[in-house]
Amino acid sequence: MADFETPEVKEYLDMPELKPGAMSHSKPFVSRDEFQGPLGFPGELVDDWQNVALAKLAELLNTNRGLKVFMDSCVKCGACTDKCHYFLGTSDPRNMPVARQDLLRNVYRRYFTWPGRLFPKLVGAQDLTEDVLDQWYSYFHQCSECRRCSVYCPYGIDTAEITMAAREVMNAVGKGQKYSNEIIGKVFKIGNNLGLPQPALLDTLEGLEEEVKEDTGVDVRYPLDEKGADVLLVTPSADFFAEPHVDGLIGYGKVFHQAGISWTLSSHASEAANFGLFIGSQENMRKIAMRVREAAEELGVKRIVFGECGHAWRVAYSFLNTLAGPFDFLDPRYPVPQHICEVTHELIQRGALTLDKSANDHRRVTFHDSCNVARASRMGNTPGGQFTIPREIIQAVCNHYYDMPPDTIGEATFCCGGGGGLLTDDLMELRVKGALPRMQALRQVVEQEGVTHLAAICAICKSQFAKVLPYYGFEMDQIVSVHQLVSDAIVLEPARQNT
Amino acid sequence: MPIEVNGKSYETDEEGYLANLSDWNEDLANAMAQADGAELDSNHWEVINFLREYYDEYQIAPAVRVLTKAIGKKLGPDKGNSKYLYELFPYGPAKQACKYAGLPKPTGCV
Repeated sequence: MADFETPEVKEYLDMPELKPGAMSHSKPFVSRDEFQGPLGFPGELVDDWQNVALAKLAELLNTNRGLKVFMDSCVKCGACTDKCHYFLGTSDPRNMPVARQDLLRNVYRRYFTWPGRLFPKLVGAQDLTEDVLDQWYSYFHQCSECRRCSVYCPYGIDTAEITMAAREVMNAVGKGQKYSNEIIGKVFKIGNNLGLPQPALLDTLEGLEEEVKEDTGVDVRYPLDEKGADVLLVTPSADFFAEPHVDGLIGYGKVFHQAGISWTLSSHASEAANFGLFIGSQENMRKIAMRVREAAEELGVKRIVFGECGHAWRVAYSFLNTLAGPFDFLDPRYPVPQHICEVTHELIQRGALTLDKSANDHRRVTFHDSCNVARASRMGNTPGGQFTIPREIIQAVCNHYYDMPPDTIGEATFCCGGGGGLLTDDLMELRVKGALPRMQALRQVVEQEGVTHLAAICAICKSQFAKVLPYYGFEMDQIVSVHQLVSDAIVLEPARQNT
Repeated sequence: MPIEVNGKSYETDEEGYLANLSDWNEDLANAMAQADGAELDSNHWEVINFLREYYDEYQIAPAVRVLTKAIGKKLGPDKGNSKYLYELFPYGPAKQACKYAGLPKPTGCV
């Protein structure tokens, strides 16, 4: 199937020999009228697209102070160059974060700075031509908005913000990306990325109840649209649909069951993901986030908990209150929102779950920090909680846990290679190559510690790894959900009443 | 890029999924499989037929656990797992089998 070569995993992650233009052919399918319309974008490239693009860029520069600063402040120090997984995996110098940013920055200089207006050649300013727009489309879909480069930038330039701005400008002129935009439309129409209508959700959840009953002999419930539940669980729709995601969902249900917490899923907010973030569209992000609020009000819950989804947690933790708040109708004793890992961690801390670690003795586990959780959010009450909490959960349910090398985890974590709206088959070459740094780090703990499984708390990471692991000689089922590990270790008792 | 079968042309999307669900017929499924270098046997057809029945009722392809359970009932418990489904459809049961069944490609974080 593949018409490209999987990069070789070496002992060390080297700075690759540059191959200019190596990925200039990589472009996702362009969105169509039917997917653009519902998001408020033109269906095809508009006639006076240059003017529209520059007007949109002007608007963004005026409303987003950060973007203006990022456009002005790069000093070309080079600290970011070798920090991007797509650069390391593709060798294309345009994928050095600074070079990718410059595709937008050069146009900014030409039209928004006086030296660029008067002496464009002297300052590297660039006219906005069709060729430039093509390069934007290609390379701004080779950034997963993971923000690893930003950690190393002495000016704190946030590459993700630049990518988001470029994508927003492209949507404004009618050159959107099919994958993300079709999905956002499905959330508006049906309630989730997959387009699972309520009857299909019900059927799927009933099946899970039967499965858990068969496996454990205990009636664990997976309720949908139940008014009066205490907790609304908002989780990525991949948790209903795919493996290993569904094993995580099974785990959340077991945790709630064992803790005696009444909970429900919602068909209206049957999606934690918010692809409005990926395309940089505040308006679409707000519309998706509002569904969570509407569901919480409709069902009369007291708490909102998010399942394992990386960028969803960024949106939830950092923006939910601004987008859809205030949440003054919820129980003030709990943070709004909570992450499922915070819930499980707290229960483990106070001994509310009986856990049999030996159930995971056939696994030697490492943890992949998902970029949006690692660098754009937090968990718990202490700095770095987003790193310690998932690891403490895993260590509470597994006897064998090993971290990957320190420069590939925590704040320095490498993206899985499929984040930011790039988890689509038309970008498979990019996804496989972009996974190289993570695969290299994984190979190291596999060889040195005998690690057998990679655990994650993000639907995109899980799907991406299930797909790319085989390219690197691993098995697709070596990726697991963190709550799958919890699920296997938890010792269930028959239904408890609310505590 | 339309697909030609028995002298008729059928419209598909960029990835070869049928544009109109009602266009589907068995010859079309066989032709799509052949184009991928695959041949459909009775086990493939059990999956394809189940996908179509499920889609008819729910307007979406079945979730993986719904599918593995149904196939386990039809073909025997040793085949009710995703490993077996991946043997049948190496590019993933959800995507490849949906294509042959004339259903839209599942979207999202899958």
